[in-house]
Amino acid sequence: MNMSIQEFLQHLANGISLGSLYALIAIGYTMVYGILRLINFAHGDIFMLGTYLTFYGILFTPIPWYIVFILAPALTGLIGLVLEKLAYKPLRESPRITVLISAIGASFLIQNLGILVFGGRPKAFPTPAILERVLKIGGVSVAIVNFVIPVVTVILLIGLNFIIQKTKTGMAMRALSKDYETASLMGININQIISITFFIGSFLAAMGGIMWGVKYPQLMPHMGVLPGLKCFIAAVVGGIGNITGAVLGGFILGLGEIMLIAFLPTLTGYRDAFAFILLIIILLFKPTGLMGEKVTEKV
Amino acid sequence: MKRKSILIILSMVLIMGTLAGCGAKETSGGTDSDVIKIGVFEPMTGVNAAGGEMTVEGIKLAHEKVNTVLGKKIELVIADNKSDKVEATNAVSKLIDKDKVVAIIGSYGSSLSMAAGDVVKEAKVPAVGCSPTNPLVTLNNDYYFRVCFIDPFQGTVMANYAVNELGAKTAAIIQDVQQDYSVGLAAYFKEAFIKLTGSESSIVGEASYNTGDQDFSAQLTNIKALNPDVIFAPGNYGESALLIKQARDLGITTPILGGDTWESPEFLEIGGAAVEGAVFSTHFTAEAPVTEVSDVFLREYKEKYGKDANAFAALGYDAYMVIIEAIEKAGSADPVAIRDKIAETANFVGATGVITLDENGDAVKSAVINKVENGQFVYLTTIEPVN
Repeated sequence: MNMSIQEFLQHLANGISLGSLYALIAIGYTMVYGILRLINFAHGDIFMLGTYLTFYGILFTPIPWYIVFILAPALTGLIGLVLEKLAYKPLRESPRITVLISAIGASFLIQNLGILVFGGRPKAFPTPAILERVLKIGGVSVAIVNFVIPVVTVILLIGLNFIIQKTKTGMAMRALSKDYETASLMGININQIISITFFIGSFLAAMGGIMWGVKYPQLMPHMGVLPGLKCFIAAVVGGIGNITGAVLGGFILGLGEIMLIAFLPTLTGYRDAFAFILLIIILLFKPTGLMGEKVTEKV
Repeated sequence: MKRKSILIILSMVLIMGTLAGCGAKETSGGTDSDVIKIGVFEPMTGVNAAGGEMTVEGIKLAHEKVNTVLGKKIELVIADNKSDKVEATNAVSKLIDKDKVVAIIGSYGSSLSMAAGDVVKEAKVPAVGCSPTNPLVTLNNDYYFRVCFIDPFQGTVMANYAVNELGAKTAAIIQDVQQDYSVGLAAYFKEAFIKLTGSESSIVGEASYNTGDQDFSAQLTNIKALNPDVIFAPGNYGESALLIKQARDLGITTPILGGDTWESPEFLEIGGAAVEGAVFSTHFTAEAPVTEVSDVFLREYKEKYGKDANAFAALGYDAYMVIIEAIEKAGSADPVAIRDKIAETANFVGATGVITLDENGDAVKSAVINKVENGQFVYLTTIEPVN
């Protein structure tokens, strides 16, 4: 097939935009796993809650949208913290699979509560007018939001790396991820650190949700399921637990999906399958992911 | 990691299985002899939720108006099919086996209706669809009927509009491959468009997506390069609104046409300014009432819900009334007897027009063309069926 340069650039822009959105959601996923070794399957639903909170914040309070964009994720962070206390903390001594099942249960619970509280009919995300504008650069059309998303992703990535690498809390998080019991013996307040981890993870999910809502302004109670799964895959592809890896995985997934349709339009129906095939390939050939480290179990 | 993934998948499958089991709302079972139960299966949640809710509003209004038949009380049993083909089968089985309904109304979404087709056929319980327009819903099924027109007509109407009103010589088609409605309607549009333009090559491109997709930028970028005069993109209101928004963001200014599913407030809210100028065919409009029943329906609907009625509410109202008339004529609540009387429905004056069911159980009715203007659906014209 012959594709003009302009068309290819447009596809590239579309792919980068989608990829950075996946990356943003994957960061939170991978961070919680990296520190607590827990796959938080409710991450996608926390993402949904964050988007709805923003929706109600903008429409039903006099607070300006840019403040809601910070407040709603903070509130979502608190919800994540409560979720941890209710669904995961009582199971901290249980086998990991028990916690995992609890996470899946929490995910379904939040979705169905969402249907009860928010209703089954979709809602339109109130996108601020400034983010609705479209820029045209040499025949390539890009909505402003597609510039905003990568910028937000990079800022949050730097912020997160700063917290984990440079602060005392971050040091405690790293200690916790290496050895849970020893860390607690060293006087680290385990409960507090886990709460902070969940707060940050849920904050990031809500940020991803807001960006998702601006780009795809359709809110539904189960809107977090597929992005949640795909970003889990992005995190695994990049090496689960590795934050830079999650960003890489997100971009591979986003660009891959767009390019699949661009070059092989007949395979459009397999778009979602692409993510899962990628997951299988990675698990077969490099189970630790592209940037994951080999974990050796200490005896 | 590998073992862990297997465990994850296993546990997810288990949990989804158990959840699928606990379907719709429970109602006290048993066959009360002084109550006649009519089942409704519509999408109350999921991607088609708005369509289901609008339809049920019309059904409830009709039920309030006529709540006894043959001296017995009528009970509506509403089951949510969750916009899911598997759930649709479950919901209908539950209505028949557990609630012992004598007739069924539903469902919005051709795929959902088709999923229930075999169940009603085997159980010999008649079903009346309100708005499923794919021909296959009623074809070869003596127990499925509908009070709306079918897609060969709807596709022709839109192809005519594209060629005669817009002067289009080329068209591109974007369809949702998981919805029989979208695939069917797209195919009939294509057929009619080629016939009208007299050229096989007048369809310059076809693209597809899946229900629930949010990103259409790649498909639209492909279509943009083909530069069609018009884009026909029938699909669910949510996906379609996002698709049109993304098309406009990509600088596509081509007129975009669709079908009856676009008529929902969500289409306007999600699409915003982008869906201005979108044109679609539908069954009924409050702006042009067709019968005396339409006037009554529109007035009562507004009193009850405080807003103007749409096509889906009107079709729900008509489906209920057609069933009641059949029960009265049959003089019994036996599903097979009711089925025979539904099949004989002729010159029934409904809110959406005069309904006569043909040998397939389909209504032959006029179509309405609507356009989005200033954030509202505006009535353009009515197209009569040609026979």
